[in-house]
Amino acid sequence: MSESPERSASVGELVLSLRGISKNFGAVSALTDIDFDVHAREVVALVGDNGAGKSTLVKILAGVHQPSSGTINFRGRPVTLPDPRAALTLGIATVFQDLALCENLDVVANIFLGNELSPLRLDEVAMEMRAWTLLNELSARIPSVREAVASLSGGQRQTVAIARSLLLEPKLILLDEPTAALGVAQTAEVLNLIDRVRARGLGVVMISHNMEDVRAVADRIVVLRLGRNNGVFEPDASNQDLVSAITGASNNAVSRRAERLRAERDHSAQAGEQRP
Amino acid sequence: MTEQGNLAPLALDRADARVKHEAGIGGAVRAFLDRVRSGDLGSLPVIVGLVVIWTVFTSLNPVFVSSSNLVNLLFDCSTVGVIALGIVCVLMVGEIDLSVGSISGFASAMVGTLWVNQGWPVALAILAALAFGALIGALYALLFNRLGMPSFVSTLAGLLAVLGMQLYILGSTGSINLPYGSALVDFGQLMVMPKWVSHTLAAIPGLAMLVSGLRTFARRRAANLSTPSVAGLVLRVAAITVGLELIVAYLNQSRGIPWMFGLFVGLVVAMNYALTRTKWGRSMTAVGGNREAARRAGIKVRAIYLSAFALCSLFAALGGVLAAARLASASQQAGTGDVNLNAIAAAVIGGTSLFGGRGSAYSALLGIIVIQSIASGLTLLDLSSSLRYMITGAVLAIAVIVDSLARRSRASHGRA
Repeated sequence: MSESPERSASVGELVLSLRGISKNFGAVSALTDIDFDVHAREVVALVGDNGAGKSTLVKILAGVHQPSSGTINFRGRPVTLPDPRAALTLGIATVFQDLALCENLDVVANIFLGNELSPLRLDEVAMEMRAWTLLNELSARIPSVREAVASLSGGQRQTVAIARSLLLEPKLILLDEPTAALGVAQTAEVLNLIDRVRARGLGVVMISHNMEDVRAVADRIVVLRLGRNNGVFEPDASNQDLVSAITGASNNAVSRRAERLRAERDHSAQAGEQRP
Repeated sequence: MTEQGNLAPLALDRADARVKHEAGIGGAVRAFLDRVRSGDLGSLPVIVGLVVIWTVFTSLNPVFVSSSNLVNLLFDCSTVGVIALGIVCVLMVGEIDLSVGSISGFASAMVGTLWVNQGWPVALAILAALAFGALIGALYALLFNRLGMPSFVSTLAGLLAVLGMQLYILGSTGSINLPYGSALVDFGQLMVMPKWVSHTLAAIPGLAMLVSGLRTFARRRAANLSTPSVAGLVLRVAAITVGLELIVAYLNQSRGIPWMFGLFVGLVVAMNYALTRTKWGRSMTAVGGNREAARRAGIKVRAIYLSAFALCSLFAALGGVLAAARLASASQQAGTGDVNLNAIAAAVIGGTSLFGGRGSAYSALLGIIVIQSIASGLTLLDLSSSLRYMITGAVLAIAVIVDSLARRSRASHGRA
């Protein structure tokens, strides 16, 4: 699939490149021979039906799972990701779907959790300043960084989680269903946030089930199906193409429903013409 | 911010116009009332409770507030208070230790046996008891981390096993008297601070608050963050200093402040610093709040549990040594009865949540003063221990109810 000229002009160097990644859980092969590239300043959407292997792929990149075979190249060098720490140190940050925030701690404490400045005498002023800088760069709408996270809305929590992932200056950020639990306005806010993260020069991988969100923000859409690559699409690809790539055939539940609706509409239109 | 005027650039954290910010002393009071209304009670219930308890007991028997009775109260507070401080540690990570009473009893028995019967130097005997305590805690942590054994069960088993060990090493005599006139017993029964020391120590918290407050003020201003009101700070420092000096002056009318209580308060202050101002304390709070999130943030969760359990048992052993010094004996009764529950009750009454992730070292101090006030007041009224148990039980129940209700209210007001 070729990239449209104006998008590829802005896309930067290759950050991540997977070749021939496979992952077996016992007899089940969750991923088979996956190739996957992410560039700097690019949002790649990873879509697929349930069980397509999206989460497994993200977990491999986050260092949670190790691939059974295949190579991972990060910024031009082959790397292994034996644990989450290793992925973080390399510059791969992950925002999991459940966000993993401590509700009893305030925003600053959550952003710096595990990376506090001066461990024996916490530097609250410097941490608060850095937290505000990060949040302002994301144009985040957080009322106070000294409030416990429990008092924030879903979109604000997503913002905090993304700001936290940016703390260690990663090169690649993985977002697992960032908009799944959000309302319309908050979804728009998070999509804006993703735009700003891209503008900072990061590569972004985003898992989503929502095609509308994917089209709104992604530069490329990578489809997985049953653990295999099943096509790469432009964001302006037709819905039917995407759906058939995701479900694996042009003859499926979604297309049949669309077919039936169209048939009914045509039928009623004909009936309307015949009536007078 | 009013101090900066309208033309000055807005502080980094005040740029968002949609958020209401309180300024000045009136604002601080309003913010405090808001917090209380939403269920973020802090130490308020325990202070209200303390005022009620003291008023009732004083009206029943004026001797209760006499300075000599209060000095005795402070001696009694220190032993169980140190144990309660350990309980705060395990409650912070959302676990429990039910065996602190047995550990304290065994530690006192160990000091008695090693020091009096075996002739070890007293310092070495105490060190051995403390090391044993830390070891027991490490064992609980091992069972919890590796085998997933709930701390409720492992420490219940420990309660019995350690009590058995205490009875075993005390043997048939059942009790060992510690020699009067020894430094340890003097520390537990007699030693009080000279007046000038206690007055100097009472001035330190205010000074420390003032210095760190002003430094924070300067650093926040330099960092373009909003600054807390200096007037409020000075007011608080003045109130605390005057309050502490008055208390010290009153207690000095009698024997004065026990060194043992000084040790207890010192430990409380040190733990408070560790829990609020270090990475370790932040990790403890995080593990208590959301264990999985803490793990994903790279915190070594198992090490945190290990430190919590080991510290708890260590403080329990230290409390046992202090109790032996206070009673000048190590007996089969040491650490049994209500010691266990008083320590846990003190932590909870003081405001440390049973559900993990919320608490403060000061809750051990406040809670144990409540518990010992009840004990002392009822003793003065010549009431039997049956009534004392019932009343302490009721106070504990009320404290947990307040904790649960406040937790529910916090949840509905969107606070952690």
